[in-house]
Amino acid sequence: MDLLWQTAINAMYAASYMALIAVGLVMIFGVMGVINFAHGELYMAGAYCVVFLYAQEKFPFLVGVAAGLIFVGAIGLLMERGLFRPLRKNPLGGLIASIGFLLILQTLAVFGFGRRMGHVPPPTQGKIEIFGAILTYQRLFVIVAAILLLAALWAFLKRSKFGWALRACAQDAEAASLQGISMNQTARIAMFIGAALAGVAGALTAPLVSPTPYIGHSIIVTAFIIIIVGGIGSLEGAVIAAVLYAFVHTFVTTFFDGVIANIVGLALMFAVLVVRPTGLFGARERA
Amino acid sequence: MPEPAVAPSGSRAGSPAGRIVWRLRFALLFAVLAVLPYLLSYSQQEIAVLLVINVLLVSSYRLLTLTGEWSLGHVVIMGVGAYASALLAKRLGVPVPFSMLIGGCMAAATAAILSFPLFRMKGFYFLIGSFAAGEIIRLIWKRFTDPFGGPKGLKRIDAFPNIDTGFLSIDFYEPVNYYFLALIIVSISLFILYRIERSRIGLTFHAIHWQDRLAESIGVDTFRYRTLAFVIASFFAGIAGGLYAHYVGTVNPTRFGVDQMVYVLVWAIVGGTATFHGPILGVIVLTVINEIVLRGLGLDTARPLIYGAILILSVLYLPDGLESLGPKLRAWLQRRRRGPATAGGEAA
Repeated sequence: MDLLWQTAINAMYAASYMALIAVGLVMIFGVMGVINFAHGELYMAGAYCVVFLYAQEKFPFLVGVAAGLIFVGAIGLLMERGLFRPLRKNPLGGLIASIGFLLILQTLAVFGFGRRMGHVPPPTQGKIEIFGAILTYQRLFVIVAAILLLAALWAFLKRSKFGWALRACAQDAEAASLQGISMNQTARIAMFIGAALAGVAGALTAPLVSPTPYIGHSIIVTAFIIIIVGGIGSLEGAVIAAVLYAFVHTFVTTFFDGVIANIVGLALMFAVLVVRPTGLFGARERA
Repeated sequence: MPEPAVAPSGSRAGSPAGRIVWRLRFALLFAVLAVLPYLLSYSQQEIAVLLVINVLLVSSYRLLTLTGEWSLGHVVIMGVGAYASALLAKRLGVPVPFSMLIGGCMAAATAAILSFPLFRMKGFYFLIGSFAAGEIIRLIWKRFTDPFGGPKGLKRIDAFPNIDTGFLSIDFYEPVNYYFLALIIVSISLFILYRIERSRIGLTFHAIHWQDRLAESIGVDTFRYRTLAFVIASFFAGIAGGLYAHYVGTVNPTRFGVDQMVYVLVWAIVGGTATFHGPILGVIVLTVINEIVLRGLGLDTARPLIYGAILILSVLYLPDGLESLGPKLRAWLQRRRRGPATAGGEAA
């Protein structure tokens, strides 16, 4: 029973940061119609912000997280301007260009920090016990931060004018621009938020995962599984699928092993693609 | 993506004179290929072998892209051929040339099975679905140590048997000899791929790519033709895998990972997929750049960065690939030569 409860808590933690990553990916897809293959590397860049500022330069942990948010958001803006805007008519080209960008980010991380794992000492050592299961403050912090960020994003999208415009572009870019919504402006905001969410997720989890320049690969595979299962254009679906996937993956890892868990996850995605390509919560397919 | 390869417009070597020129060109090409290994150092010869194998890999990939679908699982399919051929030779003692052939068939069979779920999808979904399928296969190699050797893969795979008939003895451990073996197999495969593309089947592939609804409306079973392209492409990828496995002697799951798939994509896109020779051009040019420039300058760690930059630049500025450079250049020269005359003509 203790093991079950502990595994559930681990799954909650995994779900929280995966949801941040997947929601960012879905936002970028929603507005620009392009799958950002470099999203895992944006996570990696966020993690290395913490490695650099917090572990090496001894700034407070939160400074590293804030830097991760802004720096990775800025990378997102760069990608929007340099890659996705010129390739807006060519979504497959955008995807392939993002693969090229992924290689560049990876190599830059190798140049800057070497291939080995970056070690990040945990900012807090404390932990609480809930019904016999242990939850470290660091993990609790990730969960709380993820919930707050997603709530803020939700409020932003539902209440503000930008959020209105963002959703309009996601539904029908042409009609939106006929209403006077600037496609470029909206794409910039979506790209900034999407990238920054991945960066924050990387920064928050850096003390827990020991980042390497190649960590993005497993992240992007996970993110793909989540957005496919959740429905490729649906933000709510991404959050629900993140929770679902995190629980399945964590439980299978605990009771079998990690590779089997990855196979189960991929098989889950494959099954969804075959049976219901629009995902469990997706609306009808984008044209 | 690259603009329509308009359906292949008949044979370029229409007239008898043109045919002779084409034959001469091919003779010249083969003469160069035959002399080439003797001008290279030992390690460069080894690279030449891998290059020949990669030519087959990327050309088979192009056949799949003819129907408009971009797979991210092609290198894993190559791996299926490599693993199958290696295991057949190691465990069951199947003679190597036959094991390669069976390996190709296994790759084709894998593709045939995968096509049922995969071709329910299109575009992005197909891309991600093929990625998932490939990763599952790769993880199975990694997880099940018993036949597949786990993360370390298979080692000491039987080499291609030496030919020794008294007066003729060929040792395929020598890169030069394996180069010629690979060259012969790959040339035959390329010839078959080329004929398929120029056949009625190939034309149907083009039709499915650009007008799948229209093709369906006149009775083309697009699912079957997509599957056919996938199966044929996978067969040749499997053959490439067999050639690789019995040359290098080891295979492991990492060797057939996404990074390798990215290289295949880069070759195909930088070369341009609209024509048969585009991807081949891409793989040759990039391999030469890679080996001569990067290794020569000691920029090995920067390799992914430079590949990434080349990929981005070619998607942005040369969407039709290197192959489009030739015609573009020719048109530009012609414009320059005729520049004043045409300008005058237009004015009049």
